[in-house]
Amino acid sequence: MQSEIPNWCLYKSRIRPTLESLLSASTLSRRRCPPLAPLRRLVAVAVADNVDVDVDAARPLLDAALSPCRARACVRVVRLPLAGGTHAEARAEQGVQDIPLGASARRLCSEYAAANGAALVSAQNPDEPSKKPTLQSYTVDLNQCGPMVLDALIKIKNEVDPTLTFRRSCREGICGSCAMNIGGQNTLACLCRIDRESPKDTKIYPLPHMYVVKDLVPDLTQFYKQYKSIEPWLKNDNPPAQGEFLQSIEDRKKLDGMYECILCACCSTSCPSYWWNQDEYLGPATLMQAYRWMADSRDSYKEQRGEKLQNDMSMYRCHTIFNCARTCPKGLNPAEAIAKIKLELATE
Amino acid sequence: MSSRLVGFAPAFRHTATIKPSLAIRNQAVLRNVVFKRGIQTEFHPSPKAREILDAQRLKRPSSPHFTIYQPQLTWIGSIANRAAGTTLSVLLYGFTISYVVFPLVGAPFSSTDVVEFISALPESVKYGCKALLAAPFAFHTWNGLRHLAWDSGKFLTLKGAYTSGYAVLGATAVSTIALLFV
Repeated sequence: MQSEIPNWCLYKSRIRPTLESLLSASTLSRRRCPPLAPLRRLVAVAVADNVDVDVDAARPLLDAALSPCRARACVRVVRLPLAGGTHAEARAEQGVQDIPLGASARRLCSEYAAANGAALVSAQNPDEPSKKPTLQSYTVDLNQCGPMVLDALIKIKNEVDPTLTFRRSCREGICGSCAMNIGGQNTLACLCRIDRESPKDTKIYPLPHMYVVKDLVPDLTQFYKQYKSIEPWLKNDNPPAQGEFLQSIEDRKKLDGMYECILCACCSTSCPSYWWNQDEYLGPATLMQAYRWMADSRDSYKEQRGEKLQNDMSMYRCHTIFNCARTCPKGLNPAEAIAKIKLELATE
Repeated sequence: MSSRLVGFAPAFRHTATIKPSLAIRNQAVLRNVVFKRGIQTEFHPSPKAREILDAQRLKRPSSPHFTIYQPQLTWIGSIANRAAGTTLSVLLYGFTISYVVFPLVGAPFSSTDVVEFISALPESVKYGCKALLAAPFAFHTWNGLRHLAWDSGKFLTLKGAYTSGYAVLGATAVSTIALLFV
């Protein structure tokens, strides 16, 4: 194979040895060819433009050579004029401009992303309410982008489409603003890594079955109203004579796994029961908070809180589907909390 | 007592920087004020603002839901449980009501008729129908037990939900095959 493909060459590489050694892990190290090192999804191989290369024959060899250092090599042979070497003079005569492979390889990545790494974002414009929401496709060069989906969205907003609208704030999974449906699952964009391996587009929708204000911004009015309705604060008519409410370590432990909720609405909007009955059913997020106050040893309104849930709709629309626990970006378990309310109401 | 000790220092420093004419000193503010303020905002009293918001809300589209949500054992299993339950109920009610209704319209529908009709069917159809009946029955039964376990506080972790889910699928497969050859 080496004899079949004699003129392969990497960027400004002084060495012009066999294809095998050229593409070995050491040759592709950061030190030898810096512009290629950060390329994860595409290894561009420059070929003098007057040489015909059998791409299919070369691909397995490249894959094998790259396997120790790259998860998967996507090989595309590019006919690029080399910045130096034997063909430089010839092309100078033809008036062809040389392109340094660093920039070219980056551009190729963009091309590759156009074919494979694109992000599809659900778009809706309130100024044109009669227009049906559509999917808008954006291409992101993943080598010039941070690791998370939120980084990609911010990049799109900065560089491609400033009208793209989404909520974000802390970018570290504590504010719950950037909750959206990414790749079919509700999660926080700031905690969701961009899938670099999949050849498919990443589809991003707003939280499911919510009224959309614009693009990825859902109307959470009802969600917050429901949260308010469970009176999420400490209620106790007999405060201690002096000092603060005391709580044993065991009692405090009961709140673990519930107080961490950031109210991002991922769980509620993943719940089919909430999809069909969100006007009356409170949804997993709110119900877990209801239980958070019921389980609090300092709160003396446990029974009243429970009674408010004793009707067909408020809580019993929960059918233990577990979508909430599956999707929670904080790893909490609303399904368990609701099951505990049911159990306590049934056995009290 | 110095201002730093009583904690006023930051506040004083803040007012001190405000004093010189900001619009001239701070280029960014100047740009914003002079050039970017081409858009005029309107002030509306609260009821009017509410009206505008309500008018917008009426036109808001609903985001897609089950068509875009990733198929997961959790909710697919739940909907399958409902489908199986509904299928079995419809069959049961349909069959029992037929006993009453069919004789009234003069069609033969006694137990012996049914037995004769079914025994006349080819083997493949018999087994096919049996499988169609046995699978939802087995699934609904096992999943019902799973729900009872949940309601008594068992398997309430995500791992528990998935393990019990796969156990139900396995038990359904085994019992469907078993029912086929009963």
